[in-house]
Amino acid sequence: MKKRKKNNFLLTDNQMAEFVSKGYLIFENIIDNKTNKKFLSEIGNTSTSLNKKNADQTWLAEHYNEIMKSSKIPLVKAGTPLKKAYKKNSALNDVINNPVLSGAIKSLVGDRPKLDHHFLHITFPSKYYHDANQKISQGNHNDCVIDPREKTFDIQLFYFPTAVEKNMGGTRYIPGSHFRMVNELAIARYHNIRGQKHVVCPAGTVIIFHHNIWHGAGINNSKKIRYGFKIRLMPTQKQVKLWTKKTYKNNHDEEALYWNKGIEKNSIKEILQKTEPWFEADSGRLDILNRIRLWRHITNDKNFDAAYWLTRIENDYN
Amino acid sequence: MKKQDILILYLSNSSLESKVIGWARHYGDKKKIGMAGDNDSPPYERGIEAIHDGWRLFQSSQLEQHSKGDEYRTGYLKYEFFFEKIK
Ligand SMILES: [Fe+2]
Repeated sequence: MKKRKKNNFLLTDNQMAEFVSKGYLIFENIIDNKTNKKFLSEIGNTSTSLNKKNADQTWLAEHYNEIMKSSKIPLVKAGTPLKKAYKKNSALNDVINNPVLSGAIKSLVGDRPKLDHHFLHITFPSKYYHDANQKISQGNHNDCVIDPREKTFDIQLFYFPTAVEKNMGGTRYIPGSHFRMVNELAIARYHNIRGQKHVVCPAGTVIIFHHNIWHGAGINNSKKIRYGFKIRLMPTQKQVKLWTKKTYKNNHDEEALYWNKGIEKNSIKEILQKTEPWFEADSGRLDILNRIRLWRHITNDKNFDAAYWLTRIENDYN
Repeated sequence: MKKQDILILYLSNSSLESKVIGWARHYGDKKKIGMAGDNDSPPYERGIEAIHDGWRLFQSSQLEQHSKGDEYRTGYLKYEFFFEKIK
């Protein structure tokens, strides 16, 4: 990685556009092994009560209770400023202060986000469960009730302290689903969606998700316990130009739809117009409109457009 | 005893001829479980292929008018088709 000035690990325009378009950013192997090990030792022994497993699954709740009591992961009150959430020298403090990650957090939710909640997800290998019926994956859902906020968004950091191999049932997620306003498990009927992805990553990977992304946990068919630590952050300020001081001005030299000389590769406009394999012919266009609207908001460039998607329907002389 | 197998398809527009974008299977045989993430590739490319393959369509979603002020809102997948096979 190139050496950059302190505090200069903010996201690039393209990364911001990627986030607006897909609803997530992946930072593979961003946390070093020393910190990963420290985190695992701080959560303590997570396999002590596994011999208590019983049919009614009470062992799972007991197990979480034990971990909450014995681990060094603090019980943080909702709304605590992120800066005050974790003790100095703790692994989680190292994670959120990783220069690239803290730059990304700052770019997305500002420099004084509040911690909504955090949680250690432990997914046990299916053999730990009492009967075969427990071998069911978690249905697709988003982590909210119907969230009517149109511009403001929370982020969820998913930190994977160990490698997630393919058979470990890493989180399944649907790229580009974050504008779809649904209510939590209401979408569980959608078992599979074209273009769905599953987290497979090296240890120390962090994925930052938009709060509304559709996702669900898979079944752990390996022999290893899968860990995922989630930190949900909410902004305390308008999410406008948090990553840049640039003045964005649309040059109004807009490429027309389809009949054009080709949209510049990896340009903001290309990223925002890239459709997902599951987009319906009609609603998928609305998803593009919604990306452009969010881009206008975060750049404070009210006239921004791509291929006239919004300008076309704003040309109202009433 | 004859049992019902269920196939749910989500298509890219309201025509049964259009592309499959989402799917779920449920089985009359209780030894088989259909669940989230059980298959990354669609069982058919287009909705009509399910009919060609002997599935009987028994329900599909209605088209609904977009409400005023809510024209940009997207949410649930719109084009849902339920099929069955009796085995
Ligand atoms: Fe979730």
